[in-house]
Amino acid sequence: MIEIADVSKAYGRTPVLRHCSAAVARGEVVVVCGPSGSGKSTLIKCVNGLVPFDSGSIRVNGVSVGDKGTDLPAVRARIGMVFQNFELYPHMTALQNVSLAQIHVLKRRRAEADARSEQLLRRVGLADKLASRPDQLSGGQQQRVSIARALAMDPQAMLFDEPTSALDPEMVNEVLEVMQALALDGMTMMVVTHEMGFAQRVADRVLFMDDGAILEDTPKAAFFAEPATERARQFLAKVLSH
Amino acid sequence: MRQSSRAWLATPAASYVTVMRSLPLVLVLFWFYFLVPLALGHPVGALASALVAFVLFEAAFYCEIIRAGIASVRVGQTQAALATGMRQAQVFRLIVGPQALRAMVPLLMNQIIIVFQDTSLVYVVALRDFMTAASVVADRDGRPTEMYTVIAVVYLAICFSASKAVEIYQKGHAR
Repeated sequence: MIEIADVSKAYGRTPVLRHCSAAVARGEVVVVCGPSGSGKSTLIKCVNGLVPFDSGSIRVNGVSVGDKGTDLPAVRARIGMVFQNFELYPHMTALQNVSLAQIHVLKRRRAEADARSEQLLRRVGLADKLASRPDQLSGGQQQRVSIARALAMDPQAMLFDEPTSALDPEMVNEVLEVMQALALDGMTMMVVTHEMGFAQRVADRVLFMDDGAILEDTPKAAFFAEPATERARQFLAKVLSH
Repeated sequence: MRQSSRAWLATPAASYVTVMRSLPLVLVLFWFYFLVPLALGHPVGALASALVAFVLFEAAFYCEIIRAGIASVRVGQTQAALATGMRQAQVFRLIVGPQALRAMVPLLMNQIIIVFQDTSLVYVVALRDFMTAASVVADRDGRPTEMYTVIAVVYLAICFSASKAVEIYQKGHAR
């Protein structure tokens, strides 16, 4: 589904990704973790071409993302993305947020799009917030709207870039529950997160990144039982201690 | 154009805005009144030269307001819209444009009020606007106090109601 092969990237002279290779198979949930500044967010934004990379290749469903001739909007339309800061459109209601790309990208008729949006917003527990604007919603509610917005495109895979990092602690779970339900439904997911509990419950594999490189690509059980690298051991000790 | 990633577009646009915004309007008015006829070889008239000067001068200010408005929309908004498969033009029309416009309407309105007041400067190229006409009458009738008071009241009434309108607009859209 997603194949990342030998991807490197530098900002000026500072390398942010060093020869990263990884793959996410259909239906798989892969959690990407590591200390901040390790290149996790950059890597996940490379997958749908929001951030360009310097060398290597990324294929999504066989389509090469980095090629000049690639129709990036068409690729992105089939991959949902959820951002750390929600990025709902502030001038629109929750329902309009979810319907917008359905209408303008998938060319669904408004009635059809709104029906789908309503169904999805109900699924994330926000049936009563259709007409609310983003600033009338809590962080957790906003993030659930943004998950619905991504799902509305009937994506083949979902990318999550630290979806709970900007949330107050009491709202983290409502978002993780939605993500967990999605994973159980068989959605292909690549999730950058510090939520090790979520990784332990839901992930198939864990990628551990440090300083722009993927140090570990391990099945979940092995990663938590005994990480192969010292850096990962230190990281786990830190995030699991509280 | 200053927003463009292409240097050949962005650099001249930025220089233009910077130069125009650093010059006093009176200077620009003089400039066009005296220089444009020299360049063209025949006189163009006070009104035409003042008009051109105003348009070019104000364009620089409007450019800057529009640029700031667009820059005020977070990059994440563009990324989120792109991530749903929208094309650049759609992102601008549906997401960035409306938010930028909302941010810049009060500034644009303010600039219009300033232009309105600045028009009184055209006396320097011997054009008769409202203000100049009034001062002529004041001289003729020997009643400067009354005439200038009337002018002040008229400017005040127009500008005050305009800025009230801006305020009401802002309240209506304060979300």
